[in-house]
Amino acid sequence: MSMKSSTRQVDGVTIVDLSGRITLGEGSVVLRDTVRELLSKGQKKILLNLGDVNYIDSSGIGELVSAFTTAKNQGGELKLLNLTKKVHDLLQITKLYTVFDIKDDEASAVKAFAK
Amino acid sequence: MTFIIPTGKLLHSPANRIPGSINGRFTVAREAIAGRTRLPMCADRVSYTLDSTLETVNSAEEAATRAATDAGFDDEEVMKISMAVREAAVNAVLHGNAYDPAKKVTLAFERNGHDLVITVRDQGKGLDIGKVPDPLAPENLMKTSGRGIFLIRSFMDVVEIHPSHAGTELRMIKHVHGNAVNSKEASQ
Repeated sequence: MSMKSSTRQVDGVTIVDLSGRITLGEGSVVLRDTVRELLSKGQKKILLNLGDVNYIDSSGIGELVSAFTTAKNQGGELKLLNLTKKVHDLLQITKLYTVFDIKDDEASAVKAFAK
Repeated sequence: MTFIIPTGKLLHSPANRIPGSINGRFTVAREAIAGRTRLPMCADRVSYTLDSTLETVNSAEEAATRAATDAGFDDEEVMKISMAVREAAVNAVLHGNAYDPAKKVTLAFERNGHDLVITVRDQGKGLDIGKVPDPLAPENLMKTSGRGIFLIRSFMDVVEIHPSHAGTELRMIKHVHGNAVNSKEASQ
């Protein structure tokens, strides 16, 4: 299953609902293009909802890091929401869990963005 | 717990060749200890010769999922094994063979007693182990690549990397049913 992406706005925050696999190839490209497009449009508060992302490989992890760094470098914020156990465990063993701002509740995640 | 494969059973039959191997060669080699009434170390082997494409990466992952499932691993272990194989295939296709259509990736699964032994071989210049960065080092933490071998080592019980001028062979072992789980090691 390839990755699907859709966006919605909640209180000035762009929530990106992702589903499927973030892996080398299509999945990573979809994530990269989505984040770059949002930033180019000035939508710099980005919440990646990974609740339906059932698989991620090292390339996908790299894309998450890239998205986080790109947003930050452009004065934006990128947070992660609803990690599945697989993704949670991967971020733990790669020591990235504490690098990302990770939330498990959408409402509080939206509120956590700088006003 | 003794893990015995019925004599003659293959991990996969040629009829179940993995997707993506259409342009590659498919070979099956079975190595069984014949003539014995008890087969504590019965070994079956299946190997694939695959093109240096992204499709090979997905095919290798799918084949690993089947091999690990057939070997009796639970869902979590199957995921780890399939991810390790995926990462090894990525290394072989991208970094080893650099998508060169003239170069092939060889993938082999072997059930050897209590072990599932997986070998991924490319025809590249040979991985320079000394140049593989530690992805957990603070200066590398935010890099967008370089985690593949780390994940392979995290998920498998034994990982051996054998680079040569003719390519790199990555050999991974996962112990069935947690046997000898303390033997985790990595030789280079």
